Formats: sequence, structure tokens, C-alpha cells
Amino acid sequence: MKIVATDRKGEVHTVEGRDGWSVMEILRDAGLPIAAECGGACACATCHVYVTDGWYEKLKPPSDAEIDMLDMALAVEPNSRLSCQITCAPELDGIKVTVAPE
Amino acid sequence: MAVETDVVIVGAGPIGLFAVFELGLLDLKTHLVDILDRPGGQCTELYPEKPIYDIPGLPIVTGQELTDRLMEQIKPFGATFHLGQMATALEKLPDGRWKLKTDADTEVVAHAIVVAAGGGSFVPKRPPIAGIEDYEGKSVFYAVRKMENFRGKNILIAGGGDSALDWTLNLAPLANSLTLVHHRDGFRANQHSVNQMRELVDQGKIKFQVASVKALHGAGGKLEAVTLLNHDKTEAHLACDTFLPFFGLTMKLGPIAEFGLNLHENLIPVDTEKFESPTPGIFAIGDINTYPGKLKLILSGFHEAALMAQAAFHIARPNEKLRFQYTTSSSSLQKKLGVA
Repeated sequence: MKIVATDRKGEVHTVEGRDGWSVMEILRDAGLPIAAECGGACACATCHVYVTDGWYEKLKPPSDAEIDMLDMALAVEPNSRLSCQITCAPELDGIKVTVAPE
Repeated sequence: MAVETDVVIVGAGPIGLFAVFELGLLDLKTHLVDILDRPGGQCTELYPEKPIYDIPGLPIVTGQELTDRLMEQIKPFGATFHLGQMATALEKLPDGRWKLKTDADTEVVAHAIVVAAGGGSFVPKRPPIAGIEDYEGKSVFYAVRKMENFRGKNILIAGGGDSALDWTLNLAPLANSLTLVHHRDGFRANQHSVNQMRELVDQGKIKFQVASVKALHGAGGKLEAVTLLNHDKTEAHLACDTFLPFFGLTMKLGPIAEFGLNLHENLIPVDTEKFESPTPGIFAIGDINTYPGKLKLILSGFHEAALMAQAAFHIARPNEKLRFQYTTSSSSLQKKLGVA
């Protein structure tokens, strides 16, 4: 599966996802500016992305823990998610995300 | 007046704490400096209740439990903690020792410095609003030090966690006006606080609005108004003179970057024998260091602390011979640990 990620400069990166890995891990390993300070424990809100182009609705809804943690993110929009909480899967092939501002 | 010790550790996370143990076994006294008001670093600040599964011998342990156990383990060594302080300057003294200063004017002189600062200092998150830095310290504050300074102010608070709610409740009686904004009509804060806040809104004493702050207006650091972006994308103008954003903490390297340690992408390069930086006498252990094959794991940091301690001993006690001993069999180590 592919992830189409737009960084903070507006540059678009297409990176190969791995089933079962989080989108955060894929983006971070691809060198995108994802801080992910807590390492993916849904505990810091520094892997905040916007899920665009209709993909937000295709995701499993965020857990209460993720909704709570998004309160600590900046510039939250209705399509905000924490990328550590999105798991790569075949049905998400082509998912589009934009890295949120720092 | 500077205090003297053997080793100063910058960072009281799990690796800094275990460094106290390894240095303590070698009879080296330690001081720790940490910007947080309690030990544990990321373990207690970011994930106190999350289980960690890869600590040898502890199949499952939370960040808080690991910190508590490390604190218990290092208790015999009586390390001095300087909490709530940021290490701000490092100076080499003519006698070869180092002097570390903090933003609370603490000065510690030591033979060696150990940087165990993880991802850096925890500092408040700054909302991405153009020009906000011009207002910081004058009209925009990330913490309330003296409540009295906010008497009679027209206050805007942003955020949905405990800090935002607590300060809304505490400042409401003092403020001339107070508005709380949050991006949704739901809070991760203590339910009792949320209920109290809603009561104040019902009584007309404060306002709550589902909105985010889009722009600040004012001059010379004096805030006069803000533009709010409402949930329905309409904009609103709100007159206010004080803005308190509460979005938690993030990690920034801070003044360590100015310590002359030849940083590589905000990490300190070290050798893998002593975990010493290119500057002799300054060591770096845990997530803050880098070397070929580095893994950012707590267990790697523990190993690094043990080897660092051997090297620090030779700096602090140049005329003494280091005898390697096991805690299982050495009665002198057991005496230090208070178990013999």
C-alpha cells in the first residue's frame, strides 16, 4: 500500500506502507518531519496529521484516548488524526495525509 | 556560591537516574538538574500509565513504576536534585573542572558532566499563530506564576486539558472578563472542573466558545484583540489583553545546543567505550547521544550509564585504582547499598 504525504513545505512524498505498522512509523522512517516524541503511545500529539481527500471518513473512528490527546495538538481541524493511531492496511492504499504545523 | 560534587547529570529521566546508581557504586557523588518538577522525564511526563515491555527482568512496567523503582534503587546514594530548573550554561574552570549553571541561579562545580537529556527540555507548546513570540512574557503566558498579575485583566484561555480548566476556574474571580476557547465542546480534563466551568458559563461569569485563535492584534507586545475562528469557519473579533494557551509540553533541545558539543542533528556524538562527547569530561547517554548502531531504548541507556561511570571515575579520581566488583559478592558495594 502507498501513503501520499504532504510535508510542511507542501512537498508531496509517496511512501510504501507496511501492513500492521502505524502511518507515523512509516512517515518517520521515510524522513518526514514527524516528532513522535512518545514513540507511538498516543501520549504526546506530535505526530498530528490532517487526513484529506475523503480518506478521513474511511478510517476507523479515533479512540477516546486519541480524541483526548488531540486536545494537546495545535491547529486541530475536523480531519485531524494522530498518525500513530492509523494502522496501515490494504484498504488504505493511496491514503492522503498532510503533516500538521509544529 | 557554587556547590561542589563529583558529577552533574543533566536530565532526571530513567537514564539519568540509573547513572546515579552506577556512579554511586564507584563512590562518586552526583547532582541532577531537570526542567520538570519531578523525576522520570518522558516516562512520567508523557506516558506514566503506559506499559513498557522491554525492560530486562520486568515483563511489564509503567513509566511511573519504572521511575519509582529507579528512585528506590538510587536512594542509598543521596543524589541532590535540582528540579524545575533548566541547565543554561557550562563553563570550564582553570582547575579542569566544569561549572554548570541553571536558570534558577544554581551553580554546581563537578569533575564531569553527564548529559542525559533525552529529547531535550520539556517546554510549553507554542500555538502556530503569526507573531505570537512578540507578545510572549508581556501579554501571552504559558504558565501562571503569580495570580495577582492577572487581576482586572481581560483574559483569553485556550485549551481543553487540566491546565486550561484549572486556570479558567482560578482566574475567573480575579479577571475583568474571561473567555475559554477550545476546538471542541468536550474536555480531557477532570470532570468536576468541567462541571464547575460550565456552571460559571451558565451564571454568565465567563464565556466558553468552540473556536481556535487565528490571529493576534496589538502593538509592542501589548495585546488588544484576537481573531477567533469558529467551528463553522466564521471569524469573530474578541477584545482581550491577556492570552494563556495551554497545549501541554513538547521537547526542545534548549541551551545544551550552545554547550559546544559538536551536535549532529540535535544529538551528541559519542564513542562507544566511554560514551564521551568530543569534549573530554562531558559524557552523553540515552536518547540524546548518537553512535553507529545506536538504538533509542531505555536498556541501551542503562548500558551506556555503566560504561560512562567507569570513565568518569578516572576523571574524578585520577590517582585511585578502579576495582571492578559485583553487587552479588562485594561486601563493600553491599554496604554502599545499605544491604550488608
